[in-house]
Amino acid sequence: MAVEPKDSPGVGVDEWVARSVERKEYLPGWRGDVQRAAERVGWWPRLGIAAAIGVFIPLVIGLNSFQTQVGIDSLLLAILALGLNVSVGWAGLLDLGYIAFYGFGAYGFAILSSSQLNPPGGIHWPAYASIPLVMIGAGVLGLCVGWPSRRLIGDYLAIVTLFFGEAFVEFTNNVAPKTLGGPNGIFALDPLHGAHVQITTPTGYFYVLLALLVISMAVLHMLDTSRMGRAWRAVREDPLAASAMTIPVNRVKLMAFAIGAMIAAMAGAVFASQQTSVFPTDFDTPYLILIYAGLILGGAGSMSGAVIGGLVVSIILDGFLRSPTQAGYIFYGVIVVTMLIKVRPWAKLGAVLGGTVVFGFIVHAIVSAFSSRAVAGNPGSTTWIDLHWAIVPANPVLFGNIGFVVLLCLVVALGQLKGNWRTILIVPTLYLASCVWEARLVTVPAITRLILLGAILIVTMNARPQGLLGARRVEIV
Amino acid sequence: MTKFIQELVNGLTQGGLYALVALGYSMVYGVLKLLNFAHGDLYMVGAFIGYFVLQWFGGPTALAIPVPFVILAMFLAAGGGVGALGVAIERFAYRPLRDAPRIAPLITALGVSFLLENTVLLLFGASYRDYNTSAFIPYSTEIRIGGVNIWLVQIMVIVLSVVLMFGLQQLVVRTQLGRQMRAVATDREAAEMLGINVDYTISATFFLGSALAGIAGVMAGLAFNEIYQLMGFILGLKAFTAAVVGGIGSIPGAMLGGFLIGIAEAFITGYISSTFTNLIVFGILIVFMILRPTGLLGRVQLQKV
Repeated sequence: MAVEPKDSPGVGVDEWVARSVERKEYLPGWRGDVQRAAERVGWWPRLGIAAAIGVFIPLVIGLNSFQTQVGIDSLLLAILALGLNVSVGWAGLLDLGYIAFYGFGAYGFAILSSSQLNPPGGIHWPAYASIPLVMIGAGVLGLCVGWPSRRLIGDYLAIVTLFFGEAFVEFTNNVAPKTLGGPNGIFALDPLHGAHVQITTPTGYFYVLLALLVISMAVLHMLDTSRMGRAWRAVREDPLAASAMTIPVNRVKLMAFAIGAMIAAMAGAVFASQQTSVFPTDFDTPYLILIYAGLILGGAGSMSGAVIGGLVVSIILDGFLRSPTQAGYIFYGVIVVTMLIKVRPWAKLGAVLGGTVVFGFIVHAIVSAFSSRAVAGNPGSTTWIDLHWAIVPANPVLFGNIGFVVLLCLVVALGQLKGNWRTILIVPTLYLASCVWEARLVTVPAITRLILLGAILIVTMNARPQGLLGARRVEIV
Repeated sequence: MTKFIQELVNGLTQGGLYALVALGYSMVYGVLKLLNFAHGDLYMVGAFIGYFVLQWFGGPTALAIPVPFVILAMFLAAGGGVGALGVAIERFAYRPLRDAPRIAPLITALGVSFLLENTVLLLFGASYRDYNTSAFIPYSTEIRIGGVNIWLVQIMVIVLSVVLMFGLQQLVVRTQLGRQMRAVATDREAAEMLGINVDYTISATFFLGSALAGIAGVMAGLAFNEIYQLMGFILGLKAFTAAVVGGIGSIPGAMLGGFLIGIAEAFITGYISSTFTNLIVFGILIVFMILRPTGLLGRVQLQKV
């Protein structure tokens, strides 16, 4: 009996695919073990478990109306990140007009289920007709955007799609104000309805979005493991080699565009029906950055990464940042965890954290000895930290602004230093960060949120380009 | 005819700004092959620096020293400050990603742009700030040719942008630094092997490009008065396209593209409709980018394998 050599995969198995799975690098230590264990369970059971958790959270724990809204927002963002992952993560096309497809879906749904067209009655299609229609429309639109720009690479594609996204906002603002409503948008939309079912409660929308997320993940997983998915990755890695291997590069790129657009339009339709209104500003650049932050943080190219990144970014920024106390927990938690991961060995870590605490008390004592106004605190949200540790002067705005600029300079300087100087500089940087946070950032959550989004993109790309969950692929040279 | 010339002058003013910002894009793209989305926001920062220099000298209505010196100080401060900011951004955000896949620095640039916009929002608020130029350069200081009125500030913007571009062209063609920049743009590895300090060259490129954007920001404040934290984003997009229209990497090309886009925009505003200006310009630019991505003066570049 012939013994098959161990290093060749079984008959009928694509060797390149088998090898590419092996090339994946696991995380070090126990996290790698968790990863391996999760992979042994298999993909479909894992999806089932995740969906079950999603169903049980509102049932068992019970969410209040604010938490349900946060859940809806984060599920929307997860779906959007999932769709963006197709073009950015898998096919490697930087699509900066993605938000326009989301807007197209929302506006399409709005027109089909309001009194805008054919007044006074308007048209009120059921959701099972209007949502598929806007999805097909968005897919065609995706092809229309992708078709002329299929030969553009990288930056050119990025700028053309960004123009497309900006043009969408201009279009909805200025063109056909009777139908599209101009800057005032369209309101009084129907909720999702059809076949004698009407979804009006937030919890209902939560389940709808959860179901859509799970279905999209299932469909995309099947696509990912099909010829199409492999073709996308081949085109991402090397279009020239892919075309030499008879992959129709242009068609494959267009498919990525169209599928991403369809998912975005689906999310847009549900968003419009849940909000019962659409406005041009809903589909502007800040939301695009939010989607990108979710995708990049989770790890572009990994589907679970995109979903979890979307959920985490949305939950942290929309859910916790509203309340100063909770935002504080997250802020200090992230700092401590980052230090835990980045500063080694343990003695150094202890020295940095302990040093920061002691440094804070010393500075606070010195400053309060000189002037009581300088530590007069913020009358709005006075916590123990404000009172005894961080400096929050009577005029926190000016102090916070200057402190923020100095903090940015310190962070840039940290990136340039090495060794002991770096360790020493971390202490005042952390302390200043906490002062600026307490004095200024926590009082303006709307702006803090945007600043954090920008920071997430920069820091993730520099420190961990594969995202929090994505596994690094070993480069083949 | 009067209206035609008037719109032409307006277009040249706007076009000069596009051209200056486009130059920075083009230079950075030349050496790093990076589309620096933050470049438009550097222009915005320049406008803000100029504004605060103006306030520091007593504000538009009560200047402590003669007007030309104030304007010179504004240009110097904005050019130097924004140049330094550009160098810092390159060191901190882009340098670690120099050998990463192309998509990584692009996303980082998007993040830098967003961070800059919102830092300014945090520091100075969302309200518009007003240069109030007519208080120290009155509208009466204008040249009348026939029925056309050309304001002194418009002449200054047009002339200064042409002079700066000519100077930059000379720098790139004639000086040692310019030669190094061209070498790095052609082939970074080969340039490094020949002993060119690539890091220094890239930093210098960022400084020059960013300084031009900062100066353009001050000019925009002087010419259009209103400055706010989002003024740079769309302008940056258009300026990049101006660089592409002229042929990316080419200095006369960036100049030509900038003026063309500025004039096109002014004519659309003047003759068609101001509501649809952006929409039409975006449409033209998308079509141009798709049909002729090498630009008017650019050469077809073969992709290296």
